[in-house]
Amino acid sequence: MEEKLAPIVQRLEQDYGTQASEQSGEVSLVIPSEKIVAACQQVRELGFEQLSTMTAVDYWPHEDPRFHVLYQFTSLSLHLSLRFRVMVPGVNPSLPTVTSVYRNADWRERELWDMFGIKFAGHPDLRRILMPADWEGHPLRKDYPLGYEEPQFTFNFDQISLRKPYAKE
Amino acid sequence: MTDLQEVSVDDLKHLVSERAVKGETMLLNMGPQHPSTHGVLRLLLELDGEIVVNCIPDVGYLHTGVEKNMEAKTYQKAEVMSDRLDYMNPPGNNLAYSMAVEKLVGLDVPPRAQAIRVILAELTRFQSHLVWLGTAALDLAAMSVFLYCFREREYILDIMEMCSGQRMMTTYIRPGGVWRDVPVEFEAAVRQILKTFPRRVDEYEALLTRNPLWLDRTLGIGKISAEDALNLGVTGPLLRASGVKWDLRKDQPYSGYDQYDFVVPTHPEGDVYARYLVRMEEMRQSLRIVEQALNQMPYGPVRSNNYKFVPPPRAEIGVSMEALIHHFKLWTEGFEAPKGAIYSAVESPRGELGVYLESDGSAKPYRVHWRTPSFDNLQSMPLMCKGVLVADLIAIIGSVDIVLGDIDR
Repeated sequence: MEEKLAPIVQRLEQDYGTQASEQSGEVSLVIPSEKIVAACQQVRELGFEQLSTMTAVDYWPHEDPRFHVLYQFTSLSLHLSLRFRVMVPGVNPSLPTVTSVYRNADWRERELWDMFGIKFAGHPDLRRILMPADWEGHPLRKDYPLGYEEPQFTFNFDQISLRKPYAKE
Repeated sequence: MTDLQEVSVDDLKHLVSERAVKGETMLLNMGPQHPSTHGVLRLLLELDGEIVVNCIPDVGYLHTGVEKNMEAKTYQKAEVMSDRLDYMNPPGNNLAYSMAVEKLVGLDVPPRAQAIRVILAELTRFQSHLVWLGTAALDLAAMSVFLYCFREREYILDIMEMCSGQRMMTTYIRPGGVWRDVPVEFEAAVRQILKTFPRRVDEYEALLTRNPLWLDRTLGIGKISAEDALNLGVTGPLLRASGVKWDLRKDQPYSGYDQYDFVVPTHPEGDVYARYLVRMEEMRQSLRIVEQALNQMPYGPVRSNNYKFVPPPRAEIGVSMEALIHHFKLWTEGFEAPKGAIYSAVESPRGELGVYLESDGSAKPYRVHWRTPSFDNLQSMPLMCKGVLVADLIAIIGSVDIVLGDIDR
């Protein structure tokens, strides 16, 4: 762990009762979901000016808190980066929004709602962002099929044509 | 959830001002098929006469599910999709992806490959800025700049074709190195570019920098402060044009950028003109980096010889049984990456291009997330165009330099 990062991580570990993990020089902390806004506020005050990205991972069906939401922070003044991991259950997944701390969380949270179906309480404009507004399902969930088109050959062209879902008028 | 196209003002209450609900201001669609939106971007504008009161971007028209598709492919095969994200910067995307895979499995890249990567990444940055300059100037009715820019861009695309066989979707930079060594004509072609292009950049500047019409349209337009830019996650030339000196090539050097001498240009004004000046200077600096990398390029292998992760050279397959087995295994089942998660970022022409890669120990990535710079940069646009004229909005869209493939992924 980098010298400048160690005291920051130590303080966060104490405040949120968690243990940091490190891989390839990247430090990651698990934060309780109800404290995420306070934790974001704190890292911002500690010098992490940017929320570089926000994403989620779906561990269905292997792990119980099904989703992990990740917050990747960058500090331009200290040349550091840090990651938060928040566990979210699979039933009615919901998290408080951090748009009040980092404004670019707005679209990132909309993307997570769109792709994973994770709701963000208090978000100013929680609509789908990438998929069409009337889309059903959340594509990046692991139980959402990738989908494919059945290939047709000369000998079975008509047969497959019959059961192919063509666009309707 | 309702479709924006069919809704009334009442459904948009939280996005527009109260005056729109009363019918005092007008709601207008710009795009998705508008020539100045640089792709399929739709802007919902609330207008008070000619003044923009609110601007609500609507993205997603180019969504191709790249992140989902990558989960279903092996590490090598998934890379092909990275070209299609930011189609103005394919080698940069390949570099970001390759670096993420290298970090995950712990691969070393030979110095010659590092130099080739830098040369191609910088030429692409130049090419991307040329397209930006041409189209942004065209939006403000400077037709000739567009023609010059696209003329020069061809020379760079020729070099891409020379190396990889493809003009745009190169997939040339791969985990562990590059696909194969550059051809013999490569050096002469790059030297020719280094000889002629600085003069060409001067020509563009002569057309625009002191042009009163250009100054009228760009000076003081679309301002954003450094503080707002940081809070909105803005990176790249946009952030540097707001006075923040932050360039991943300098601040988190990768791929040997620390060996090269170059300047990170910044301007404190934060307007469209400052962004123009920053990008023009970046073009000159890119050529400087290319020249240094070309002069210092060592001889040697261009791919790691760790055949567990990198396919062995074609010549070896015929004579070595082991190489044949490696080749077969890599292209049928791929390689297994150790369990873990990493985030790795490079400086693309538009800002921080990051890849979050998570592996569950199998041959396919468990989760790939692309942190694309245009996504966050576009988010700052509603702030920039509060209270500007519709005509200035066009200048602002041009100056943000969005690539919709980069946003929608």
